[in-house]
Amino acid sequence: MLLWSKVYIDMSKSISLSILTQRFHQVLPEEAVLTNKEQLYPYESDGLTAYRQLPRLALLPDNHDQIKAIINICREFQLPIVARGAGTSLSGGALPHAEGVLLNLAKLNNIIEIDPNNRTARVEPGVTNLAISQAAKPYGLYYAPDPSSQIACTIGGNIAENAGGVHCLKYGLTVHNVLALKILTIDGEILELGGKYFDSPGYDLLALMTGSEGMLGITLEATVKLLPHPQQKKVLLAAFDNIEKAGNAVTGIISEGVIPAGLEMLDNLTIQATEQYCSPGYPPNAAAILICELDGFEEELNSQIILVKKILKDCQAIEVRLARDEQEAELLWMGRKAAFPALGNLTPDYYCIDGTIPRKYLAHVLENINGLSKKHGLRVANVFHAGDGNLHPVILYDANASGELETAEELGGEILELCIKVGGTITGEHGVGVEKLNQMCVQFNEAEITTFHAVKAAFDENALLNPGKAIPTLHRCAEFGAMHVHEGKLPHADLPRF
Amino acid sequence: MAENKEDIKAQVLEAYKNHRALQIQAGETKHFYGRNINGEPLSLLKHTGITEYEPSELFITSHSGTPLIEIEQAIEKHNQMLPFEPPYFGSTATVGGMVAAGLSGPRRASAGAVRDCILGVDIINGKGEYLHFGGKVMKNVAGYDVSRLMCGALGTLGVLMSITLRLAPMPPCEQTIAISLNPNDAIQKMNEWANTAMPISASFYDGNDLYVRLSGSLSTTQACIDIIGGECIDWSDIFWKNIREHAHDFFITDLPLWRISVPPNTPPLKLSGSYVMEWNGGLRWYATEDNAEYLRAEVESVDGHACVFRGNNTEQVFHPLSDVSMKIHRKLKHAFDPAGILNPGKMYAEF
Ligand SMILES: Cc1cc2nc3c(=O)[nH]c(=O)nc-3n(C[C@H](O)[C@H](O)[C@H](O)COP(=O)(O)OP(=O)(O)OC[C@H]3O[C@@H](n4cnc5c(N)ncnc54)[C@H](O)[C@@H]3O)c2cc1C
Repeated sequence: MLLWSKVYIDMSKSISLSILTQRFHQVLPEEAVLTNKEQLYPYESDGLTAYRQLPRLALLPDNHDQIKAIINICREFQLPIVARGAGTSLSGGALPHAEGVLLNLAKLNNIIEIDPNNRTARVEPGVTNLAISQAAKPYGLYYAPDPSSQIACTIGGNIAENAGGVHCLKYGLTVHNVLALKILTIDGEILELGGKYFDSPGYDLLALMTGSEGMLGITLEATVKLLPHPQQKKVLLAAFDNIEKAGNAVTGIISEGVIPAGLEMLDNLTIQATEQYCSPGYPPNAAAILICELDGFEEELNSQIILVKKILKDCQAIEVRLARDEQEAELLWMGRKAAFPALGNLTPDYYCIDGTIPRKYLAHVLENINGLSKKHGLRVANVFHAGDGNLHPVILYDANASGELETAEELGGEILELCIKVGGTITGEHGVGVEKLNQMCVQFNEAEITTFHAVKAAFDENALLNPGKAIPTLHRCAEFGAMHVHEGKLPHADLPRF
Repeated sequence: MAENKEDIKAQVLEAYKNHRALQIQAGETKHFYGRNINGEPLSLLKHTGITEYEPSELFITSHSGTPLIEIEQAIEKHNQMLPFEPPYFGSTATVGGMVAAGLSGPRRASAGAVRDCILGVDIINGKGEYLHFGGKVMKNVAGYDVSRLMCGALGTLGVLMSITLRLAPMPPCEQTIAISLNPNDAIQKMNEWANTAMPISASFYDGNDLYVRLSGSLSTTQACIDIIGGECIDWSDIFWKNIREHAHDFFITDLPLWRISVPPNTPPLKLSGSYVMEWNGGLRWYATEDNAEYLRAEVESVDGHACVFRGNNTEQVFHPLSDVSMKIHRKLKHAFDPAGILNPGKMYAEF
């Protein structure tokens, strides 16, 4: 099957750009077909700028018929298709394909319906994450998953990546909040999944589509769940003189039966960076701080705050601060939210890693990351979703310094393998994309990767949708395995190595 | 009886080679759910045991034949629960059967479904291969979400071997109130309250009274009762257990029992027979002799779907799928079970 797709894609190369352009002009307005380099450069990479690739063409449809026509032409010529929302993916998921079409869905940005009585929003794929909550606000409702990129990223991209946010500890990831999807398959057919109800007949294809990185179908429409705003929110800051104590506080809070709306950790390097950048007033000498947001019904909240304060003190916090009003709460969040640009000020380039580990290993893993950082001679800052064990080590490097990008990538790979070792995973929310293909070979064995390919083939036999992303070929794993021997075992030992 | 991983693998492999259908079984409490099928029994009843449970990590891993009761007892000691309040339908219910059936109980509308709490699974596919997907952590997007795909698949895609579930802390206090309302008002009220921040964890309407359960600190539930009004009932736990287990009077019937999913705020359906509602109106149970075609058309007209839950001597238990969806279902079935030996026909006649 994979061989076939190679033959097909080779065929697509032989079709001249002018013929393709002509065909696309038959179904799209002239300005919606981009072919020259200047027009294509904006699509060259997504949020992971270390990878760059121009597509053959970029298309900007603004309705379903146009998209269907595009899919049909792509199928006819066996052209690879890479869908794109806002291009904020941090794993190279939206990186264009050299032989293919970049399908920009940004123009499909209508909110079709807010249904306050059933607490749902039906939207087009190019609607930004934040726009949904804004549209729902007049009804006292909001869309819970809130990636930091929410002003820019689209719901189509969120679904493709199963995006999370600071509040997903309590309110779930994208997969917990999508109720229905309208998918265009590579055959040009419409697949309707789910509805405004609590379960659907048949297999859970909604879950399968969520996080599938644009490889199973194109999302044309999504219905998402809206939640009422919590009655009250409270934000606490706790500072610690070592990371281990901060890690213990995280496990302590959860074990006591409290599920905070958000529970974030910042290490000293990040604290320093944010102080320089926007002075949120974090204790500058703390080894780590936790920001803990609690929400709920007023009575509930008061008893939780007393409990959480006690846990933090028991875990030897050197300072515990409760924001007295909304402004103070915002200030506490400000540093966390500005952490990435703040770190950007310390370094020409940074590389954000995304692994998840069982919470109890937080201190252990952070310590080991520190060791890896020293070994490779690159600084690593940590600012992350501690409540659900989702790490975001940020490697600071200089792409212009020879070899530093490669070192950063090597260091990142080692951090992810460390996550697997303690029973975690190589990606919590950013996706595999092109970035973590090698680590997929470490996390999954040959039969499991073969299963993933079989799932892909059930939707897209000739691998035209976002080919080469998310799931490595067995060949690649064999090559990577040749360099990486794990626990004394050579993975995929039965495959030829060359 | 197959006891361990290797025995079960061997039995599947044997069936694969000989193209013989297997009927996967465990506690046989949800045997009635889905289509009637034949096949050589493959029992997981002895594949038991909790393999990992760490209260601070909010997850539990167990072999699929582990009795559900054993899991609930283990986590209760740490004030934790399965948030979706699964129905047992019999004391021998196992965790594997629970996931395969994918049925959730009264807390579903507020706390999520079984599938929402699946973190990882080990399965044996239709070729006898032992595979692991997902993991133990809540955030995990490596590879397609095969773990959740197994939930509700009725064993047609793989033999569930080991399952990791996310847990939730138990609320400190639960109270239930009853209010007398007509059907339209009951639907309206449930959805009005669901639009507030009140911690409503279950709702049930029996045609006369609306029952609403509040979960939280005592002061919180009390404050909400003051807002909602109505009478507090005694034995709140037993009341919801009877609903969950279909031991409530309504469910004791000789008529076919239909399970109907609709948008919660849908007005009462134009069907005959008697009914009750759960999940803010999103789940409606009908004991009715209405003909299946008529019933399904009515349910479709309000954007819902219907399944014959009990009393099914019918071919079409679950709501018919569109042609496009059926095509993909068959291909997925083939991807996991190329010889079509795992519970074939349990969900739809076509695969
Ligand atoms: C500053 C910053 C902060 C971030 N913070 C977070 C965070 O907190 N949490 C988090 O989870 N992520 C975060 N991200 C990553 C990123 O924003 C998310 O992955 C987001 O979901 C991507 O959305 P997008 O619209 O930009 O998609 P794109 O980057 O355009 O595409 C992402 C993937 O989705 C596919 N795709 C897009 N639209 C469709 C469609 N309609 N149909 C099918 N496939 C489609 C693409 O092919 C690609 O594989 C952050 C990124 C940045 C730059």
